Amino acid sequence: MIPPSFGYSAPRTLPEALQLMVQHGDAAKILAGGHSLLPMMKLRFAEPGHLIDINRIPELKGIREENGLIKIGAMTTENELIDSVLLQQKVPLLPEAARLIADPQVRNRGTIGGDIAHGDPGNDHPAISIALDATFILTGPRGQRNVAAANFFLGTYMTDMQSDEILTSIHVKPFSTNKTGSAYCKLKRKTGDFATAGAAVVLEISAGVVSLARIALTNVAPTALNAKAAAAALVGKPLTDASIKAAVDAAMAICDPAEDLRGDIEYKTAMAGEMTKRAIRLAASRCK
Amino acid sequence: MNAPLKDRQAALQGMGESRLRKEDARFIQGKGNYVDDIKMPGMLFMDIVRAPVAHARIKKINKEAALAIPGVHAVLTADDLKPLKLHWMPTLAGDVQAVLADEKVHFQMQEVAIVIADDRYIAADAVEAVVVEYDELPAVIDPFKALEQDAPILREDLAGKTEGAHGKRYHHNHIFTWDSGDKEKADAAFSAAQVTVEQKMFYQRVHPCPLETCGCVASFDPIRGELTTYITSQAPHVVRTVVSMLSGIPESKVRIISPDIGGGFGNKVGIYPGYVCAIVASIVLGRPVKWIEDRIENLSSTAFARDYHMTGELAATNEGKITGLRVNVIADHGAFDSCADPTKFPAGMFHIVSGSYDIPAAYCRVDGVYTNKAPGGVAYRCSFRVTEAVYLIERMVDVLAQKLNIDKAEIRRKNFIRKEQFPYTSAFGFEYDSGDYHTALDKVLNAVDYKGLRKEQAATRANPNSPTLMGIGLVSFTEVVGAGPSKICDILGVGMFDSCEIRVHPTGSAIARMGTITQGQGHQTTYAQIIATELGLPSEVIQVEEGDTSTAPYGLGTYGSRSTPVAGAAIALASRKIHAKAKKIAAHLLEVSENDLEWEIDRFKLKGDDSKFKTMKDIAWAAYHQPPAGMEPGLEAVHYYDPPNFTYPFGIYLCVVDIDKATGETKVRRFYALDDCGTRINPMIIDGQIHGGLTEGYAVAMGQQLTFDAQGNIQGNTLMDYFLPTAVETPKWETDFTVTPSPHHPLGAKGVAESPHVGSIPTFTSAVVDAFAHLGVTHMNMPHNAYRVWQQLQASGVTS
Ligand SMILES: Cc1cc2nc3c(=O)[nH]c(=O)nc-3n(C[C@H](O)[C@H](O)[C@H](O)COP(=O)(O)OP(=O)(O)OC[C@H]3O[C@@H](n4cnc5c(N)ncnc54)[C@H](O)[C@@H]3O)c2cc1C
Repeated sequence: MIPPSFGYSAPRTLPEALQLMVQHGDAAKILAGGHSLLPMMKLRFAEPGHLIDINRIPELKGIREENGLIKIGAMTTENELIDSVLLQQKVPLLPEAARLIADPQVRNRGTIGGDIAHGDPGNDHPAISIALDATFILTGPRGQRNVAAANFFLGTYMTDMQSDEILTSIHVKPFSTNKTGSAYCKLKRKTGDFATAGAAVVLEISAGVVSLARIALTNVAPTALNAKAAAAALVGKPLTDASIKAAVDAAMAICDPAEDLRGDIEYKTAMAGEMTKRAIRLAASRCK
Repeated sequence: MNAPLKDRQAALQGMGESRLRKEDARFIQGKGNYVDDIKMPGMLFMDIVRAPVAHARIKKINKEAALAIPGVHAVLTADDLKPLKLHWMPTLAGDVQAVLADEKVHFQMQEVAIVIADDRYIAADAVEAVVVEYDELPAVIDPFKALEQDAPILREDLAGKTEGAHGKRYHHNHIFTWDSGDKEKADAAFSAAQVTVEQKMFYQRVHPCPLETCGCVASFDPIRGELTTYITSQAPHVVRTVVSMLSGIPESKVRIISPDIGGGFGNKVGIYPGYVCAIVASIVLGRPVKWIEDRIENLSSTAFARDYHMTGELAATNEGKITGLRVNVIADHGAFDSCADPTKFPAGMFHIVSGSYDIPAAYCRVDGVYTNKAPGGVAYRCSFRVTEAVYLIERMVDVLAQKLNIDKAEIRRKNFIRKEQFPYTSAFGFEYDSGDYHTALDKVLNAVDYKGLRKEQAATRANPNSPTLMGIGLVSFTEVVGAGPSKICDILGVGMFDSCEIRVHPTGSAIARMGTITQGQGHQTTYAQIIATELGLPSEVIQVEEGDTSTAPYGLGTYGSRSTPVAGAAIALASRKIHAKAKKIAAHLLEVSENDLEWEIDRFKLKGDDSKFKTMKDIAWAAYHQPPAGMEPGLEAVHYYDPPNFTYPFGIYLCVVDIDKATGETKVRRFYALDDCGTRINPMIIDGQIHGGLTEGYAVAMGQQLTFDAQGNIQGNTLMDYFLPTAVETPKWETDFTVTPSPHHPLGAKGVAESPHVGSIPTFTSAVVDAFAHLGVTHMNMPHNAYRVWQQLQASGVTS
């Protein structure tokens, strides 16, 4: 449980951090909250030669509303998401989901940016970002680019981010308060566990008809899944047991989980369905 | 003037008081002193190279790269230990265990080599640099497969040995056969039975997982020839004896110290290769050497518990009166038999398996088997194999009740040993000292409105829209603790007595030194309370010291709920020796005959005259200042207590669960635990121990398991998978008690800290199975995690 030795820098600005990444090349790794990276280093699964600690860069932190968007700095911790009044009012899915991540110690240091950048299908933010239709802002030596959450996750520990890029912020559209409802349902074995299966749902219901639906699934495939067909099964009609069942079936159809101690393929797929069902019902009950 | 009696009584904070724990002040301020807190000048660090595979021949070990790392002092393998004859060591169970893998690896994570370096970081790098070449062999994980004719020979070192430490070995992977009871009589009961039931069950491999992992700091002084070792041990005196025997250093020059211990639960009874290696390294290098396991090493290599494949059978009348019991066990001991049991009992006290019931004919047989898994089989918060025994009989009684369609409570009531039958000799020969099971059962059933619960359950079952299944678990367990009478119990030939030495100081304070060692049980608090009551000195001024073999009298340590039954009795009897001497001094001081004196809380007084008295404090001063002519000065005593019998605490536990039909998650709605541990020394500590034991029982029943894949790779050996409940998962516990004192114990006390673990585990299974009972399910193996329960929901056709 002791990593091999490594170098360490703690830049104060983003340009400095980018420059260090160029300097150290492939040996470099960004250190955010450290709650995914350090365990892997202690197990010697990851052996980066140099850590660039981005905790001291103020511009990567904080949550604000600007030009009709909620902008969340990549270095915002889970606990800051939970405590944010702005998010509680305008994107309640994020604080609700963050409460279900890990445990208080991890949430004190773990960041939304790290959770996304890590590309771990067991992490919760990938599916939540997809359900929120979030945009990720990546900054690199060639400047800035925006990537939609739905296009970002490529495989286990694989994302669209280049090795010299930094995820700097996450942009989310605020909910339209009178018709949007959302929910994150996560089945886990115990506090601090990753999901056996999880489902994030965002719904809009206008005049009794589902006008928008986004559904994304956690930990039932090599990446978070954008359950498009499941969402489509709900849209354009009132929410009924039949439409929910159709959505659940569509969600289960795309699951491709790996068997582990949490369960086999059958169980995890069934639980993805169950979490989808529960999240749809809960989200609908929140559309007012 | 004399203070009122009750004030004097209260001032003592003696037995029966919920005195606050003395230990907590240092623990909650981070001022404990654990093994890893020990630092010594010149101390080096040891780390262990472990086998990546479960079964293999070692072709070659290349140390060069590791030795080339600056700061590395040594790399040692079995070949280096060979000249010292320390590459193998005897186990407490009469087997031998490789200290470092000798030519062959027997389980994944086995110790293969050690590195010693300036600090733990260099040591960790050096471990990676040791290159070991393996020739893999097929791994045997399943004990039934291990016993097949053509199974690979696991222990080549035992080749041709048909006689083991416990009799005949009938197969190359067989360790022992041990049985108890009367087979013919039991068979006859089955032939004549109106009804019989049989149930197979697997008690999974679990691990005690104490918060503090194992480790030691060994320091050999080459000039004095003395060895001091700080160690995470529940039995420091036994460690001293073993270390002396292995090293040849006289026992008087070996000092073993168990400082603060962060939980043991049986995991810290045995002697591990890591300890031996650190000691050898210190002797070889002449410098202190520290070794501390990490969590993965703890869960993977140090002693596990259970791994019992059990088959139970009951014979009974149509009315549910049990007439016979048969039990057959295949016990997976892993690669070496390093169980920590009393020497003559390779399956511990498993023959308590007739439980709380009056069963006329019974027989049990246990066969120990080698597999390619880590060695162990320790008593995880229980007396030796009692958890397994209680689990089996409680499950069997439920199975019989189900078959006969008799209520679980009713069938127990029908078969309990009745109050007037005590002392009761079981078909296995245990003499149950005391008990009153019927009273306890009624108390619990009334407290929870058992009839109401059954009514509610019937309504839930009748409602197809109910999102949950409801289950009610009931267990009535009897433990056998306080090992033990030295006529039958010994470890390496040392009788399982325990000891206490008390010195009362001139000013009326006292120090007690014990052969036991607390690991969270609160000995410093409760032992002082016993002395306070016995001697009339305030517990506040009584120091309790344990764990240093150079100062404490010899004792066998703390496990198997033996501290209060054995050491607690030693305290009482040492106190009584002092009390007797004090009485003589009081008579001398008051110039009366001893017969004219009576004891009252904290003093001897003249019978019928409150004005003529000497307090124990007065007497203490006099003992050093003006003892009677011819009497030795001083006021101290030592007592070694060899118990005449075990004690038999018991309890009735009831649990209500609601199972989510869609996810298989089980919610414990209610858990009611009534314990009878005889005389209660500190009710608050008893409650705390029960809460802890129930929580660990919950962990075992609902989530804990060490699993292996077909190649013998251990899975789930981190706390991400291995279930340690936090406050979030832990159910709310309701506790209750009755008091049936032990007739043979000087205080009437029976031991309590393990009952809740032993009793609760089958209660959870009973509740979960009960939820499915109407669907014909009689048993489900643990752990009852959501995934496994969901599989049962599928199998039983339950839909949400
Ligand atoms: C016990 C435990 C339980 C957990 N349970 C959960 C859970 O239930 N759900 C869940 O979602 N997560 C869980 N986690 C993971 C936790 O949330 C991590 O904090 C998170 O995955 C990573 O965020 P971090 O800030 O700690 O990143 P780090 O660990 O510091 O970094 C993770 C990876 O992302 C890279 N990185 C980090 N930030 C950036 C950035 N801004 N730009 C580019 N690359 C970056 C790093 O180089 C590294 O490769 C758990 C962790 C632990 C230890």
